[in-house]
Amino acid sequence: MHRAMAQNRPCALISEVGREGLIQEAVDLMKQHFEIITHRDFLQNPSLSSKIQVVFLWDNKPKPDSSLISSLPALKVIANGGVGIDHLDVPRLNALGIRVSNTPHVVSNATADMAMGLLLASARMIVEGHLITVDPKTTRFPGTEMGFEVTGSTLGIIGMGHIGFKIAQRGRGFDMKILYHNRNKRSCEDEQAVGAVYCKNMEDLLREADFVVLAVNLTPQTTGLIGHKELSLMKTTATLVNISRGRVVDQDALVEALQKRTIRAAALDVTYPEPLPRDHPLLHLPNIIITPHIGTDTLATTLKMVQTMVDNALAAVQGQQIPNEVKPL
Amino acid sequence: MAQNRPCALISEVGREGLIQEAVDLMKQHFEIITHREFLQNPSLSSKIQVVFLWDNKPKPDSSLISSLPALKVIANGGVGIDHLDVPRLNALGIRVSNTPHVVSNATADMAMGLLLASETQFREQYMKRQCEMGFEVTGSTLGIIGMGHIGFKIAQRGRGFDMKILYHNRNKRSCEDEQAVGAVYCKNMEDLLREADFVVLAVNLTPQTTGLIGHKELSLMKTTATLVNISRGRVVDQDALVEALQKRTIRAAALDVTYPEPLPRDHPLLHLPNIIITPHIGTDTLATTLKMVQTMVDNALAAVQGQQIPNEVKPL
Repeated sequence: MHRAMAQNRPCALISEVGREGLIQEAVDLMKQHFEIITHRDFLQNPSLSSKIQVVFLWDNKPKPDSSLISSLPALKVIANGGVGIDHLDVPRLNALGIRVSNTPHVVSNATADMAMGLLLASARMIVEGHLITVDPKTTRFPGTEMGFEVTGSTLGIIGMGHIGFKIAQRGRGFDMKILYHNRNKRSCEDEQAVGAVYCKNMEDLLREADFVVLAVNLTPQTTGLIGHKELSLMKTTATLVNISRGRVVDQDALVEALQKRTIRAAALDVTYPEPLPRDHPLLHLPNIIITPHIGTDTLATTLKMVQTMVDNALAAVQGQQIPNEVKPL
Repeated sequence: MAQNRPCALISEVGREGLIQEAVDLMKQHFEIITHREFLQNPSLSSKIQVVFLWDNKPKPDSSLISSLPALKVIANGGVGIDHLDVPRLNALGIRVSNTPHVVSNATADMAMGLLLASETQFREQYMKRQCEMGFEVTGSTLGIIGMGHIGFKIAQRGRGFDMKILYHNRNKRSCEDEQAVGAVYCKNMEDLLREADFVVLAVNLTPQTTGLIGHKELSLMKTTATLVNISRGRVVDQDALVEALQKRTIRAAALDVTYPEPLPRDHPLLHLPNIIITPHIGTDTLATTLKMVQTMVDNALAAVQGQQIPNEVKPL
C-alpha cells in the first residue's frame, strides 16, 4: 500500500480489535480501503471526529447512541455487520443525513447451518449425552431418555426469507416434511425446490410441526410472535428453535411452557438480553440448549460480512448508491 | 394362545435394558423372560428359544449359551455384530440376526448432528478464548469412509448443506447412486483424508477396519479437519487420536462410539477441549427403537418356525 494512497483513505470507527470486537483478519480487510480508528483511539483523540465518515458496527458496538452520533459530524454511514437492524433507528439516522447498510445473504448459509445444528443437538440430546459421557461420576451409561427422530419429521419454518429457505433446503436432506409461514407465499418454483407447503395460518403450522424454527426479522409485528397461545398450540413433543432475535419469543411464556412440558424442548441462539442474567429460569431448565448468538461466527462468513460492509461503506463515502442500504419501510 | 408363544430372554425392562414399549411389542409374539427371572428359575432354560440381544445384554458368553439348550437364535438389536462370534454360534446350531437398514436414518442424523455440534461447541470455546472462529459447514468437503446404507444417507444429508461429497468404500457405487448424492469416489483413502474438512467413519468393525484410522491417517488429514465416528470405537486408534487432538494435527473429533464404553474416567479423551463424545446413542429414538425391535421379532419368529431369517448374519 503506497503511503500517498494511505493518506486518501477515508476513516472508519470500530469498537476494538480482538476481545469483544473484530477479529484481526476482519480489520486487515477493512484496512485495505479505510483507515481504521478504534473507539479507544477516538476517545483519546477527539480531533479525529471530523475525519470519521463510517462506523463499522459489529455486535452493536461501538453503540451508536446520541452521544456518539453527535460527536461524528462527518459520519455518512453506519455499516452494520449482520442482516438484522432492529437495534438501529433508521428514520432518525436518515434524518441526520446518516445512511444505514446491512449484510443480507452472506449470513444465510452459516445461520441456516446453525439452525440445523441446534435442531439436531436438541432432538438427539447431544449436549446431555456429552455431559454424561465426560462426567467424572459416570461408570456405566444409564438408560437415557429417548431422542426424537429427525428423519421424516415435520419442519415448520416461520419466516421463509433467504435464511428460512436455506433451512428448508437442509431439512429436505433429512426427508423432513416442510411447512412454512411467511408474510407472502413464495413462488411454486421455490416451494417445489424444497418441497415446502405454505401455511397461510401460522396456527396450522404450529399444530403440525415437530420442529418450529423462527427465521423472521424483529419488527413491531414479530415482537412476541410466539407467546402462550402459540406455545400451547404446538405439540407436546415439539421443539422450538430460534435463530432470529430473542424478542420474537415471549420468554416468560417460554419458561412456563418448558417447565410444564407444554412443548418438549427449545434451542436458542438468541435471547433477550444477551447474555441472560445468571438467575434467569431459562438457564436452569433441563430441556433447553442456548448458544451465545454465534449463528454467523465462522471465519468464511465473517470475512464475507466484512467485505460487504466495506463495499457498502465505500459506496456511501463516494456518494453512490449503497448495495445494501436499509431504508425505512 | 399365550401358552403357545415361544419364550425369549432379555436383559431387563427399563434401566439399562429395553424400554417398556419395546417389551410390549415383543410380548405380542413371545413370552418374555428377564435375565433375573431366568437366574431365579433355571427350569426355564429348556423353553428359551430366543435371546433378544440389546446393547450386548444379556451377554451371550459360554456360560449363558450352555444354559440355553433350546436356543435357536440370537436376535441382535442393531446392525453391528462385531461382538458376536457368529461361526462359533452357528457351529452350536444357533443362528444370528441383526437389524440393518432400520437403523440408518437415525444413525445418519446422529452423524450430522455430531458434525454440526462439533462446530457449534468449538465456536463457543473459541469465542471464550478469542483465538479461532468456527468452520463453515456449507460448501465444505465431507469425506465418508464406508458408503453403505448409513454412509449413503449421510451423503444425502450433507448434500442439503451444499457439501462436496467424497467417499471411500470397498467397492465403488453405481453412477446412479453417486449422482443421486453428488458423491465422488476416492479409490485411495489417503486422497479422501487429504481433502476432507469432515471425515465421517461409517464402516462395520471387522479385522480389516480395526485401527483403520491411526497416526498416519490422522497426519494426512487437514489441521482444520474434524473426525466424526459413528461406527465402532476400535475403528480408530484411540491413542493416536489423543495425540492428534493434543497436538492439533486435526482440529477436533466428535464420537458416538469409543472403546471401551464408557471410557475410564481418567482417559485423556475425556479431558480434551476439542472433542465431543456421546454415549452411543446413534439409534436412540423411539421410532427407530421400535423398528429395530419389530425387526428382531420378525427375525426371531422366522428362526423359531425353522424358516429363512430375513436378516440372518452368516460368516463371510
